[in-house]
Amino acid sequence: MKPHVEVKGLRVTAGGKDDSAITIVEGVDFTIPRGGVLALIGESGSGKTTIALTLMGYARSGCRIAGGSIRLGDTDILGLDEPGLAALRGDRVAYIAQSAAASFNPSKRIMDQVVEPALIHGRMDRKTAEAKAVSLFKALALPQPDSIGNRYPHQLSGGQLQRLMAAMALITGPELVILDEPTTALDVTTQIEVLRAFKHAVASQGATAIYVSHDLAVVAQMADQILVLNKGRVREAGVAAQVLQSPTDDYTRTLMAAARPAPKPAPAVPPAQAPLLEIKGLFAGYGKVDNTGRPEIPVLRDISLSIAKGATLGVIGESGSGKSTLARVVAGLIRPASGAVNFDGQRLPGGLEQRSRDQFRRIQLVFQNADTALNPAHSVEEILGRPLRFYHGLKGAAQRKRMAELLDLIRLPASLAGRACSGLSGGQKQRINLARALAAKPDLILCDEVTSALDTVVGAAILDLLAELRRELGLAYMFISHDIGTVCAICDDIMVLYGGTAVEIGPRAAYQAPPFHPYTDLLVGSVPELRAGWLEEQAARPAPPAIGPALDGADLCRFLPRCTARIDGLCNQFTPPRHHLPGGSDILCHHPEAVN
Amino acid sequence: MAAPPTSRESGNAFLLILLAKRVASGLLTLFLVSLVVFIISGLLPGDAAQEMLGQSATPEAVAALRQQMGLDQPAAVRFLRWLAGLLGGDPGFSLVANMPVADIIASRLPNSLILAALSTLVAVPLALTIGITSAMRQGGRLDRALNTTTLAMVALPEFLIATIAVLIFAVELRWLPSIALVPAQGGFLDLLRALAMPILSLSIIVVAQMARMTRAAIIAQLGLPYVEMARLKGVSPARLVLVHVLPNAIAPIVNAMALSLSYLLGGAVIVETIFNYPGLASLMVNAVTSRDMPLLQACAMIFCCAYLSLVLIADTVAILANPRLRNR
Ligand SMILES: Nc1ncnc2c1ncn2[C@@H]1O[C@H](COP(=O)(O)OP(=O)(O)OP(=O)(O)O)[C@@H](O)[C@H]1O
Ligand code: SF4
Ligand SMILES: [Mg+2]
Repeated sequence: MKPHVEVKGLRVTAGGKDDSAITIVEGVDFTIPRGGVLALIGESGSGKTTIALTLMGYARSGCRIAGGSIRLGDTDILGLDEPGLAALRGDRVAYIAQSAAASFNPSKRIMDQVVEPALIHGRMDRKTAEAKAVSLFKALALPQPDSIGNRYPHQLSGGQLQRLMAAMALITGPELVILDEPTTALDVTTQIEVLRAFKHAVASQGATAIYVSHDLAVVAQMADQILVLNKGRVREAGVAAQVLQSPTDDYTRTLMAAARPAPKPAPAVPPAQAPLLEIKGLFAGYGKVDNTGRPEIPVLRDISLSIAKGATLGVIGESGSGKSTLARVVAGLIRPASGAVNFDGQRLPGGLEQRSRDQFRRIQLVFQNADTALNPAHSVEEILGRPLRFYHGLKGAAQRKRMAELLDLIRLPASLAGRACSGLSGGQKQRINLARALAAKPDLILCDEVTSALDTVVGAAILDLLAELRRELGLAYMFISHDIGTVCAICDDIMVLYGGTAVEIGPRAAYQAPPFHPYTDLLVGSVPELRAGWLEEQAARPAPPAIGPALDGADLCRFLPRCTARIDGLCNQFTPPRHHLPGGSDILCHHPEAVN
Repeated sequence: MAAPPTSRESGNAFLLILLAKRVASGLLTLFLVSLVVFIISGLLPGDAAQEMLGQSATPEAVAALRQQMGLDQPAAVRFLRWLAGLLGGDPGFSLVANMPVADIIASRLPNSLILAALSTLVAVPLALTIGITSAMRQGGRLDRALNTTTLAMVALPEFLIATIAVLIFAVELRWLPSIALVPAQGGFLDLLRALAMPILSLSIIVVAQMARMTRAAIIAQLGLPYVEMARLKGVSPARLVLVHVLPNAIAPIVNAMALSLSYLLGGAVIVETIFNYPGLASLMVNAVTSRDMPLLQACAMIFCCAYLSLVLIADTVAILANPRLRNR
């Protein structure tokens, strides 16, 4: 049978039309049968989105489709003129963008935007289109399907917008749907619902789909065929199961290994027992602190933890759970409202001004985004020279010697010292960022999402580096991430934050198998596994059981509104107590034995 | 979920509060301006009583007149009296013209309003069209041509524009009168004919500024992801700009318009002078040269009032166009 989509010898260039143009995609061929799902995977910059967009005859500004052929059914897409393409886009081929929040027009109601493709392509009248939209909202499991269309984008969450964008794409019943990293911006717990909704909606329409992602486990759930890309070229192509189970290309194997980082061995010498950092009953947040000792915007509630010398504590939680706030408190950027932060047996003053230079030196903070943390105009030398001068008074030859040592530590060639930061790759910048912290010779490094902005392969290399440094230098880390896989790979102990409370804290081993706290359970269960069929096996979560109204003013469990294990009369009335689980972790929950 | 049922009402209340705040700050500004105008006009050399009686008057005569005019009162009292008069619609008496200021203004204000209104009618649609077209053809030949033209128009001094207009239309072609007198009777067409050249000159000046701001505001939006999304939905270029982009660019556009349009009333001095048009701006200039303080103060207050109203309107439009503010 003739394939539904056929791409041959695709070439996309950036820059001018002459020799100065650089090729960003070259020699890409693939076919998709009608109703099939092809995944494009690869790290950032591999040309995934560029290829996906050419299926609509579209190239981002500055880029140009320079050669090849693209056939959809009987249509030669590259042979269409602008009006012909406009008639195709949004009607026969629809696009679901990576960031729905940015891709909706902020000043128009959702319904107007969702029905627009059907109206401009003359598929149906407004009434029919709106009825169809509502039925799609229902199919995508959106709340209040009859009225959600009246809202504006800013009134909806990221996960909801992502599903609404799917409704917008499906309204004309397109024959080809392009999904461009549609769940990358979402927390895992939201991602699983969205994936399920997408899969169902696309399948029920019998559409052909192209799924762009860097996450292999997600791809395993969605695709029949996989195309592995690197630097704009195809590295491997084949049936999904084959590519995932027995990859033939080295690059694919690297991607697979990076996707699920193996646990890094703990240092041979067990960490000392005396805590290096100890936090007791910490409350912190933003804004003015009132006379009861609570900040205007409370974030962290009653946090206690300890990190031994040379040990690593992982902090995990969804966006807004207070992970970065915790790091800022330890670093002295935010004053705690109450509670104690002790470092090496001494009480740490709350603010930066009262801390001694030595206290500064011993605790270093590394941020998620090396791009904003490093001044692009400065050279590596200047960036590393400052802490060396400030903390250790090193100048001249001594400074150069130490700098060479540092670059060696982070596995970068010494010749990089003179280069400006703007010329470094993302991974190199993150290494320099790390070296700047190491320059102080700290005892504790606070790593806030240090690998999140990097793609999987580069991120995995940074994790390896962190583990090595720990072995060599006896460093302790507080490692913050929203990805439980990353945290499990490098940490001895893990703390799960939800809404600013530590709902579970315990050794890494305790997170390998249940029982868990109900939120940890949701978190662990939502991480896709690297095999087809996982998504189907995950029965849709039951709705939380009905309970009576929450007692006003009580300090209740933060997870109550979403918890499927909540107990009427207990969870909505009383503050949850701490329990010790047999697996070794402490949870904050009314269930004495955590449920699963 | 995000929008509880009461959000509409609380949103409206929020909107009213927001607008009330803007109005209140407008009124406060107006009060401060009146204070400044009063103080500055008091600082100008000379004294109205002295001025009237001439240098040879006896000090006693001057003093008597000052008392009669209330000039011997403390400044605060004079200020409050003046302010109360303004609010009551009586901005005082012009000793220079020997008639109430209100009467002088009544004879000039309508002329200025007509000229400003007609120029607005011409300039706003023209500016929008030019701005939108060149934004849509960004980088193209038409865009570059329009860009150069508007840049030249911004740079050209207005007396030059007005003079050239007179030379071409009145002297060479003899189509239009070189002096713009509002005809006492006659229809709207006569009025248009009489005012064509002032309107033309004023429009050229403000169109250029407004068109450039419109273009910039639209181009700023064109790079955003929602625009790419609209293109990928198959939206036509015209619909893209008019339906998708314009509502998001409206705030900076109306703001630029408010600034430009306030110029039509107060900044028209040169145009009024060249065409000998009896408007408010030239009146104010006369008031300065003849030291007619009550008239000067009244004119200043009218211009300031017009400016603040325009800004207020622009703010209101911007607030209403933003669903984040409209719909909390
Ligand atoms: N400067 C600030 N002023 C007021 N509130 C803030 C400030 N910074 C953060 N918050 C709020 O504090 C809460 C916790 O934020 P925090 O940055 O610690 O979260 P996070 O867990 O690091 O999230 P993410 O994974 O998105 O980085 C959030 O509700 C956030 O909106
Ligand atoms: S305390 Fe209750 S609501 Fe909170 S996690 Fe435990 S069972 Fe769920
Ligand atoms: Mg954070």
